[in-house]
Amino acid sequence: MLNISNLHATVADKPILKGLSLNVNAGEIHAIMGPNGAGKSTLSYVLGGRPGYTVTGGSVTLDGQDLLELEPHERAAAGLFLGFQYPVEIPGVSFVQFLRESANAQRKARGEEPLTGGEFLKLAREKAALLRMDMDMLKRPVNVGFSGGEKKRAEMVQMGILDPKFAVLDETDSGLDIDALRIVGEGINAIMRKPDKGVLLITHYQRLLDYVKPDFVHVLAAGRIVKTGGPELALQLEEEGYEAVVA
Amino acid sequence: MTDLSALPTRKSEEFRYADIDALAKLWPLPEPENIIVPASGHFSRAIVQDSGGVTRLVISLGKGATAAVHFLNFGGDYGRIELDVTLHEGADFTLGGAQLGAGSQTLEIVTTVTHAEPNAESRQLVRSVLAGQATGTCLGKVAVARGANGTDASQSVRAMLLDRTATANARPELEIFADDVKCAHGCAVGELDAQGLFYLQSRGLTPPEAKRLMLHAFIAEAFTGAEDRDRLEQLALERLEAML
Repeated sequence: MLNISNLHATVADKPILKGLSLNVNAGEIHAIMGPNGAGKSTLSYVLGGRPGYTVTGGSVTLDGQDLLELEPHERAAAGLFLGFQYPVEIPGVSFVQFLRESANAQRKARGEEPLTGGEFLKLAREKAALLRMDMDMLKRPVNVGFSGGEKKRAEMVQMGILDPKFAVLDETDSGLDIDALRIVGEGINAIMRKPDKGVLLITHYQRLLDYVKPDFVHVLAAGRIVKTGGPELALQLEEEGYEAVVA
Repeated sequence: MTDLSALPTRKSEEFRYADIDALAKLWPLPEPENIIVPASGHFSRAIVQDSGGVTRLVISLGKGATAAVHFLNFGGDYGRIELDVTLHEGADFTLGGAQLGAGSQTLEIVTTVTHAEPNAESRQLVRSVLAGQATGTCLGKVAVARGANGTDASQSVRAMLLDRTATANARPELEIFADDVKCAHGCAVGELDAQGLFYLQSRGLTPPEAKRLMLHAFIAEAFTGAEDRDRLEQLALERLEAML
């Protein structure tokens, strides 16, 4: 599914990723944990193709397709979804319109028929309900006036609607209260816990992993994966801290 | 509105950013259309400038009269819209419009809004989107006469540059001879938010689709309250798509 091999990347000429390798097979959920400044968010942006994040070596493929060659919108059409740590507010653009156009742009790129207005609204209602989000919120401008938790739930509604093959979720748990954390965790399971899908969960804390059980946990430090284990590794990190475990 | 007996030069404040060569071909300018709105009357007009030229409108609003002018300025090498509006007691004037320029177009909106008597309100909102080597200019003067207390006047002028080679000029001007007035004005020139564009593209929109969505939102306010809002929006969207 997702194969990252010896990935090197810089931001403003500063090396951040320094030989990162990782394989996520279909049906698996992997968690990446690590201290501040390790390169977690950089990894998510490099995978998404954000301008300003320069790949200087290595490769990334999704089901054999070279992701690094593709523009951000082409990566989306290829089945990649990026859950943002800080979802962007876009005044004046309604969520419903944005998501319908996005879903149909992806379908068009894959040679599929566009969703009609009715089909789209039915899908959006279903996914909003899954994340316990009021449909009226999706009629508002994208993320404008949303609380931190609402933004994160809205990210998951988007993921549900766009139905990606692979999701990279960058600190989707930050800013969530206990109830919202459970709702988001259950949402991730419902949408992505499938034999043909994969997830890379980037997180600081073990608590999201109580709801979304990872198959593997990796520790990212100084731009590389320095340790890999099962779910128990997250618990060990929580107890002992990064320094003790990585040393 | 200035009386123009000879072709102006760029030394003239009102034509500082104009395309003088293009202006020379249009010279002499047509006489302005004069509109007198009687007390408590209402006037509305949508100006679609799609082929170049100068449109001039002089509006006088009687006591308690209202007027709404909306415009879309996008056609020809040189498109200029001049408005001269005088408000008498308690009158209300709304202007909203967009200028969408590309290539080497020069587009201008020049307004003089005079609050001649007390308690009148005026609101002006102009949004420009400029690509290539286009120039978009908004010159807006608000004059408040002596004794025109209770005036409430606002101007909001914003421009979005799609290329670093495009130019936006904005010059608000206030001339106030009364004491108790509210006059707000704001100008901003910027570029599309790169973070927002990446966010939209990460969901599958192509770069032109993402830009169109953001620019549509940027200009949408300009047509709020317009009688044929749908037509103006549709024309503006078609123009934006052609520009991207």
